[in-house]
Amino acid sequence: MSAQLLSFTDRGIYCAEGGFYIDPWRPVDRALITHGHSDHARWGHGHYLCTHQALPVIRHRLGQITAEGIGYGETRQIGGVEVSFHPAGHVPGSAQIRVARGGEVWVVSGDYKVEDDGLSEPFVPVPCHTFISECTFGLPLFRWQPQAVVAAQLAAWWQANAAEGRASILAAYGLGKAQRLMTMLPEAGPILTHGAVEETTRILRDQGYRLPPTIRVTAGIDAKSHPGALIIAPPSALGTPWARRFGPASAAFASGWMALRGIRRRRGFGTGFVISDHADWPGLNTAIHATGAERVFVTHGYTTPFRRWLEEQGYEAGIVQTEFGGDEAETASEADLA
Amino acid sequence: MKRFAALFNAMDATTKTGEKTAALTAYFRTAPEADRVWTIALLSGRRPKRAVNATELRTWAAEAAGVPLWLFEESYNIAGDLAETIAHLLPRAEHETDPTLDATLRALIALTGRPEAERRAYVTSVWAGLGPEERFLFNKLLTGGFRMGVSRGLMTRALAQATGVEEAVMAHRLMGDWDPARTRFADLTEEGGSEGAARPYPFALASPLEAAPDSLGPAADWLAEWKWDGIRGQIIARPGAFAIWSRGEDLITDRFPEFAPLQDHLPPGTVLDGEIVAWGGDAPLPFAALQKRIARKTVPKKLLAEVPGHFLAYDLLEDGGVDLRAAPLSERRARLEAMLAALPAGLPLSPSPAALGDWAALTATRGLARDRMAEGLMLKRLSSPYHTGRKRGDWWKWKLDPFTVDAVMLYAQAGHGRRANLFTDFTFAVRDGNDLVPFTKAYSGLTDVEFAAITRWVGKHTVERFGPVRRVVPELVFEIGFEGIQASPRHKSGIALRFPRMLRWRQDKGVAEIDTLDGLRALLRQVSEPGTLRADEVKTGDLPAGSKKKTGALPPDPQDI
Ligand SMILES: [Zn+2]
Ligand SMILES: [Zn+2]
Repeated sequence: MSAQLLSFTDRGIYCAEGGFYIDPWRPVDRALITHGHSDHARWGHGHYLCTHQALPVIRHRLGQITAEGIGYGETRQIGGVEVSFHPAGHVPGSAQIRVARGGEVWVVSGDYKVEDDGLSEPFVPVPCHTFISECTFGLPLFRWQPQAVVAAQLAAWWQANAAEGRASILAAYGLGKAQRLMTMLPEAGPILTHGAVEETTRILRDQGYRLPPTIRVTAGIDAKSHPGALIIAPPSALGTPWARRFGPASAAFASGWMALRGIRRRRGFGTGFVISDHADWPGLNTAIHATGAERVFVTHGYTTPFRRWLEEQGYEAGIVQTEFGGDEAETASEADLA
Repeated sequence: MKRFAALFNAMDATTKTGEKTAALTAYFRTAPEADRVWTIALLSGRRPKRAVNATELRTWAAEAAGVPLWLFEESYNIAGDLAETIAHLLPRAEHETDPTLDATLRALIALTGRPEAERRAYVTSVWAGLGPEERFLFNKLLTGGFRMGVSRGLMTRALAQATGVEEAVMAHRLMGDWDPARTRFADLTEEGGSEGAARPYPFALASPLEAAPDSLGPAADWLAEWKWDGIRGQIIARPGAFAIWSRGEDLITDRFPEFAPLQDHLPPGTVLDGEIVAWGGDAPLPFAALQKRIARKTVPKKLLAEVPGHFLAYDLLEDGGVDLRAAPLSERRARLEAMLAALPAGLPLSPSPAALGDWAALTATRGLARDRMAEGLMLKRLSSPYHTGRKRGDWWKWKLDPFTVDAVMLYAQAGHGRRANLFTDFTFAVRDGNDLVPFTKAYSGLTDVEFAAITRWVGKHTVERFGPVRRVVPELVFEIGFEGIQASPRHKSGIALRFPRMLRWRQDKGVAEIDTLDGLRALLRQVSEPGTLRADEVKTGDLPAGSKKKTGALPPDPQDI
């Protein structure tokens, strides 16, 4: 029996007794995957285990893999430990992973948010002794407005553009954020999608997620063919010939990072909508408190200040280094648009 | 405040001049009149004095947000802006209020000098009622750091459109030191408004000449003048009013008492455009001398004798009370010279020397600029009127190439505003024997793409952190350009540069190839002895490269952090 149920290695979070890794970033035999984002579900593992809901997108993204689905709440014995997956509210199919041995429980949060977005399986706090929490937005600067408020801002922007005969191009992460946006908006006109967004949307729709109709942008589809359209595209598509087919469109970016003026302006988006699939500062604190954990490891974000904050709140706290090592805050702002 | 915040966001959301002008014009038509006056004041640099200092704001905000001060600082380091940090950090308002800009600014002005408890109670109560956008602007106004992405020219155009007054006329009416608290909108926009007698004209401004001068056509069409390194100013001598204005529209009459006799000698109804310089008898002293004067509100006799001011006149804008600005430069210049020639000798006023010639001769003349304590030449079209503001085509500044030095980056700090979260503020070092000695900071000159690449590099090469400042492995070499160099006992290197900026990231050079402190010292000696130096001839020395050695563990200028 090893001293610690989960340990932190240069491949990722490791359970020696179960012989598996959680969201590893280097190839391993057995990987438990919290969700399909590329910084969590990577190519090259021998065997994948994720929720049934996350599996189709992961298969689509990674191609030929040996993978297996598991239901939310279903328990499975792997080696000497009991494993189960629980909703993280981050994107459709996303999970926190609970690992238990004897009376000891650890939970790895993966990415999560506490607000119910109406699409993803809503976050549930999972009681545990040790909680490994993401903290992408782990500074008190980040306080999200309720989804309905941002939805109203987005709708007003879309309508104003439509009234002036301009297309609205909304840049958003292709898995999760894009579908969340199309669900939260009122039906005010056609929704066009970039191929990268449409693929995921189609897969999720086929799985039974309730998504509005979307039209994939192909040759011949532009601002004239669909006046007043909202176009959802990955941020990388903006400013490319692909986007220019819509003429003088209004472009905006939907991300938690848009809360910061500096980032908004640097990315060249005058308009930014502050909406994130990660927990904000109050969300992180609420979620951590709700687990009842005494020990918290933080990862993925503003780890240094957030750890210190948790220690001052009376937790035993540590940092899980990720692949990037050093400066997560800066790299995260570029890499993690969710 | 909501309407003002909406205007601010509209300006922030676009870089297109047309869209900005339209939004501003709409604001000037519909906002409450008192708010319009404050907006004009703010957009023309007339900010209220700050009522609260940054330390107070930090303390009050951290306590109101229930956040320890260290976490406040961490947040500030990420947001890169105090006003924004506070706007986000405080919990959201439960019931939002919407005070007018006028009421808010009057309250702020009344707050200056009140006891801390009173100021704190006011500020925290306003915070509690504002949305994040309005809070951000309120904080900017509180700290005196308000800026909006709108040039004065654009504001003037929008105001002209909103009121139907001609743009140049509007620009003139907005000049001078009117007080927004005691000015009505009509005072600014209708004829016969604000204090007219001492009112200066909008300054004509030049654009930098990037191309070869013969691209401007025949040299015979142009007048060349020295581009002095002083304070651009206007002297107003009208019946009942004598005033000296700086280009920043500061009234500096009292700072330069040596010009007072001019009011007895200049013909009534005269306005001169020119440069105030520190005078060495027949030529200007280095800018460092003038800096001593700029710092003083009142001038001690000794300093007045050591560093006397002199007005080198470029242009005559008003003669006998008649606005001359529409007349061609050739005529204005002739009248200027005639007027000044008729004055008694010994006054601190003379026409700035002007030259005509072919481009080859003018190029040679420009090469002498540093000898003459000038930055280069100004080229002005002889047939041109005196424009309002910067109108491309008739006035060019043709500066000398800057001095350059190759230096290594020692410290990096994140930028602010648009460049928050990017490392953009660097401290550079040159070699001194085996040591690296920090000698300057620079913030500008690279592209966003380069700053992003450097930011990634800094993430991986940080040796030590001091709050927001990183000490990095001394590896990246940059070519630093600067306009001047002076001795500075305050700095460890003993020197200070004027207008340092990064010209190039020298990815082709290693730290072994940077320049030396001895080289900079040699340059300093040459610069202090005029008559020996041209920038394009100077090369900072290359001593044999020493070994890489760490410098001291503290950032060079802790107070700047
Ligand atoms: Zn994710
Ligand atoms: Zn992630």
